[in-house]
Amino acid sequence: MRRQLLAIVAFLAAMALVPHLVGSEFWRNWVMMALFYALLGQAWNILGGYGGQFSFGHAAFFGTGAYCSAILHVHYGVNPWIALPAAGMAAGLVGAFIGFLSFRYGLRGSYFALVTLAFAEVLRILANTVPITGKGVGLLIPLDPGAANMQFADRTGYFYLILAFVGLALLLTLWLEHSRFGARLVAVRENEDAARALGVDVFRTKLAAITLSGALAGLGGSYYAQLFLYLDPGIAYGPAISVEALLVPIVGGMGTLFGPLLGSFALHGVSELAKLAFGEAAGLDLALYGVLLVLMVMFMPNGLFGMGRTTLARLLGGGRDA
Amino acid sequence: MVEFQILLPAILNGLTTGAVYALIALGLTLIYGVLHIINFAHGSLLMLAMYAVFFLHAGLGIDPYLALPVVVPGFFALGYLLQRGVIARASHGRDENILLVTLGVSIVIENLARYFWRSDTRTIETPYSFETVDLGVAFIAVPKVVAFAGALLVTLALWWVMSRTDLGRAIRALAKERQGARLVGIDVDHIFAMSFGIGTACVAAAACLLLPSFYVSPGVGHTFVLIAFTVVVLGGMGSFAGALIGGLIIGVTESLCGLYLGESLGQIGIFLIFIAILLFRPTGLLGHRA
Repeated sequence: MRRQLLAIVAFLAAMALVPHLVGSEFWRNWVMMALFYALLGQAWNILGGYGGQFSFGHAAFFGTGAYCSAILHVHYGVNPWIALPAAGMAAGLVGAFIGFLSFRYGLRGSYFALVTLAFAEVLRILANTVPITGKGVGLLIPLDPGAANMQFADRTGYFYLILAFVGLALLLTLWLEHSRFGARLVAVRENEDAARALGVDVFRTKLAAITLSGALAGLGGSYYAQLFLYLDPGIAYGPAISVEALLVPIVGGMGTLFGPLLGSFALHGVSELAKLAFGEAAGLDLALYGVLLVLMVMFMPNGLFGMGRTTLARLLGGGRDA
Repeated sequence: MVEFQILLPAILNGLTTGAVYALIALGLTLIYGVLHIINFAHGSLLMLAMYAVFFLHAGLGIDPYLALPVVVPGFFALGYLLQRGVIARASHGRDENILLVTLGVSIVIENLARYFWRSDTRTIETPYSFETVDLGVAFIAVPKVVAFAGALLVTLALWWVMSRTDLGRAIRALAKERQGARLVGIDVDHIFAMSFGIGTACVAAAACLLLPSFYVSPGVGHTFVLIAFTVVVLGGMGSFAGALIGGLIIGVTESLCGLYLGESLGQIGIFLIFIAILLFRPTGLLGHRA
């Protein structure tokens, strides 16, 4: 545990230097967005990686956090810093609600995945029809720079904010790995019936995991709203976010502390590479991204983290095959 | 209370749309039943088939219905090769990897379409596009009647293949017990690919039936695939009769919700049914306990 904590601190310290050492605005932004997706991936990882419950609808949490923060700010004049915990809580509540309904009825595997997908879709349609979200037109957050408003004139503030969120997510995951709750969650993932036989309250464990996961994704949504100052139902509840949230940890290594971080930087790098290769040709870069994704799965079936571990073990002469 | 004269056409229209939903869901349910994966590439394959039909019509002047004997075998081959050459090879037989691979494949297809054909919405015009049939109680557009009959015929054909042929028996055996099927000498890789091919062929048939009355654009697959998921769950994953009944129910629900709640809220009825079914009867109407 101490080694992992050290690794987290070292990573955060290295990242904290990025705004000072990296001269190009473009690369600073690049790291910032990679961190943002790492946060979403880490949120998914708690439920999907450690809990084994694959969600295809993390946009439901992300979007709720984003809308909650934006609506409180725009319509009720609430300061974004105060709206932030509210957004996290609202997203956590949505998680608890979806979890309560689906885990109560024992939905597992593909069924759970589809129900999360459906909830995100219901929320998207609702956001498209109720006036408070600005419907399809979207919601514009008025520009009012100042740290007190969570709007930073120079992007460094945004950088440190997302770094803080990622740090929080990493510490939370570290705690999870070493807590009784985490042990119960992994037991549920490995074998639900066996876990129940050992006295684990499966329902409550899963419910806590989805609530935590949702709240974390909600913080990401709140951050997104303040960063781009614009939301519409497609951005908030569309499938793109759900897909990113699950790709990042699966590519990086599910159920590992640093997997989502690795996956996020790798996927973000790949997509940047694809953009560099094809420049302005809209569509081709994403197509190449898809090809690289398939190749990644083909040659690294255990995720980047798994591959790193196996290679390292082999290099050190351990000879342990994963 | 809405008048009967409005209600009945809405229901009939819903049934015709529902039949096409059923056809798309049929492919999905077959692939799910055998491979136990949710095929994310299903929607983009539908989109690809619709473009194939579109260009056959625009370039060679082939009527969408006459394109059926070309497009369906073509897409069967495409699906077979996709499973055998890409999905099986890349996924190492692990479920979450299959999911990623089909997701990757759909990203590739969709964005290539976006690159080559732009995001424009395209439609084709046939002499019968705006013809209607008088069913006594309501007028229904000709393409919709054809789509309804066509979807039922394809379902019947598929049912025949599944229950009467060696291929169908092998597929069902594989769906039930993978290890056992391998032990009695079934070529598992081949049958997996055949199932994927048939599933893709279903989508191609749906594309031929859809195009006279529907548009095509690179994102069109999304519209259908989410509904197809719903139909599959409603009918019971892996059940053919369930997919047919589920498709019809969803078609009518969409039509009626659109009538009562307006266009923008119309689809919400589908998803509420979806969630309710998942919660209260997750095995679906005709599904077996997993």
